[in-house]
Amino acid sequence: MRKKSNLIRPSEITSESNYLNRRDFIRAGAIAGGSLIAPSALSAIVPDSRLATLPGVSKSAYSTDEAPNSFEDISTYNNFYEFGLRKEDPVVNAEDFKPRPWTIEISGHAEKTGTFDFDDFMQPFDLEERIYRMRCVEAWSMVIPWVGISLADVVKHFQPTSKAQYVAFETLNDRAQMPGLRGRSLDWPYREGLTIAEATNPLPILAVGIYGKVIPNQNGAPIRLVVPWKYGFKGIKSIVKIHFSSTRPKTSWNMAAPNEYGFYANVNPGVNHPRWSQARERRIGGSIFASKQETLMFNGYGDEVAHLYKDLNLRRNF
Amino acid sequence: MNTLQQIRFVWKPIIFLICLLPAVLVVGDAFGITGGLGANPIEAILDRFGNWALRFIMIALAVTPLRRMTGWNWLSRFRRMLGLFTFFYAFMHFVTWFVLDREMRVDDIIEDLTERPFITLGFIAVLLLTAMAVTSVTAIRRRMGRNWQKLHYAAYAVGFLGVWHYWWQVKKDVAEPALYAAILTVLLGARVVNHWRNKKPGRHRPSR
Ligand code: HEM
Repeated sequence: MRKKSNLIRPSEITSESNYLNRRDFIRAGAIAGGSLIAPSALSAIVPDSRLATLPGVSKSAYSTDEAPNSFEDISTYNNFYEFGLRKEDPVVNAEDFKPRPWTIEISGHAEKTGTFDFDDFMQPFDLEERIYRMRCVEAWSMVIPWVGISLADVVKHFQPTSKAQYVAFETLNDRAQMPGLRGRSLDWPYREGLTIAEATNPLPILAVGIYGKVIPNQNGAPIRLVVPWKYGFKGIKSIVKIHFSSTRPKTSWNMAAPNEYGFYANVNPGVNHPRWSQARERRIGGSIFASKQETLMFNGYGDEVAHLYKDLNLRRNF
Repeated sequence: MNTLQQIRFVWKPIIFLICLLPAVLVVGDAFGITGGLGANPIEAILDRFGNWALRFIMIALAVTPLRRMTGWNWLSRFRRMLGLFTFFYAFMHFVTWFVLDREMRVDDIIEDLTERPFITLGFIAVLLLTAMAVTSVTAIRRRMGRNWQKLHYAAYAVGFLGVWHYWWQVKKDVAEPALYAAILTVLLGARVVNHWRNKKPGRHRPSR
């Protein structure tokens, strides 16, 4: 029952004709009362408003030159339990999800706190394309061309105090829009967290787009975390709260099965999941007979992040 | 045609083709003819065969209770075929795992079999099904006498191991394995009730 209507591949849309410049991006939000990508605001610009092109995106030196997965693979094979347990569920069940109006609450040990409208929240930051490897804890991987803002920039902007040791995130918890919340699969809302050192590393981003376009609902619209050296479940989706905490926050998968999913969840081929090996991974999009590839320590981002863990026993702190 | 001939030449081929349909669809989907297998086709093939193996063991186990309830003795003529289809789907599931998922790496396979209990359970189930499939040949069956029946009680073990295997491999949602567990409980319950009824004095055993 997969609906094809919103699965227009980026290549099928001529980028010139629906290009919004950065001022339009902000203004479109303002005019429509914070509804940047509500159908009414953009339907005149692109046939499917959810796939509006994002303006003013710069390239990043952190991008991999590996070939990205197809838009179809990225947007139809999703773990997003708020929209169902099967990977093919979110694309169907998130179709009517409303990523606007949207607010993000910043709280805890920081100089600047408060609740911000999404567009006001985005205003100070620059959009970058970051093509990252994504390694799921289930031993498959993709390469995804995200568009997002540097999490380090966001953290600095809100000026955490010295008490802030961790950054905690929460997903929207709206039963009316998220059918998966009726099930007890996890203790809702979905929660994730990073240490402040991890959050101020240059790699993590808050992603708002894929393939240069606004992020599809099923991938975590309007804004989601991407931490490329950690297993995918750390990449919390549809974020509504960011909290600067002095203590380690509870995180959803860790609460559900502490012996299987750690707080750190760094990609580590040497530490197996109790029920499967993490030594190799299947790159989505290959042929049925394509071999799996070796999983790399820190998903290949060791140069950027290994120093964060030099005093940590990664076997115990998996 | 008499009833026996009708079963043999009409109904058996029809049921056979119906039972084969899920496998045909996997092949069709793999080549994009009847549909698709999604972004992770190997996982999809593995899951399809695994699910059908479990469905077929449930269907095969339902034959005898259903026959007793309805008195339709011709049902038992399909039992061997349903059992063999269980073996077929479990074996395809196993081969998919062995060849496509584990890529025939011996060290990986040994690690999985010894260190991952849900795989060990599945493997025992496949071994039992193999033993039952091999001994389903009429000549062997005759030669085995009472032992044949004993061996084929292992069908319940296969159902049990299959459900347990499924239960242990799901990440979070046990609704589906729980449904199979419930079905298995009902099927086993029917046997127990039947056994208990037959033991009561004054009632003679119905023919098998
Ligand atoms: C050597 C024997 C077996 C091996 C190695 C094996 C392996 C596996 C693996 C690796 C999975 C997980 C697939 C995934 O990650 O999605 C799985 C799932 C499953 N297996 Fe097996 N299995 C075996 C035997 C069996 C048998 C005998 C049955 C049934 C009677 C069975 C039924 C299932 C079912 C129902 C699933 C779940 C599929 C789903 O997620 O929808 N397996 N098996």
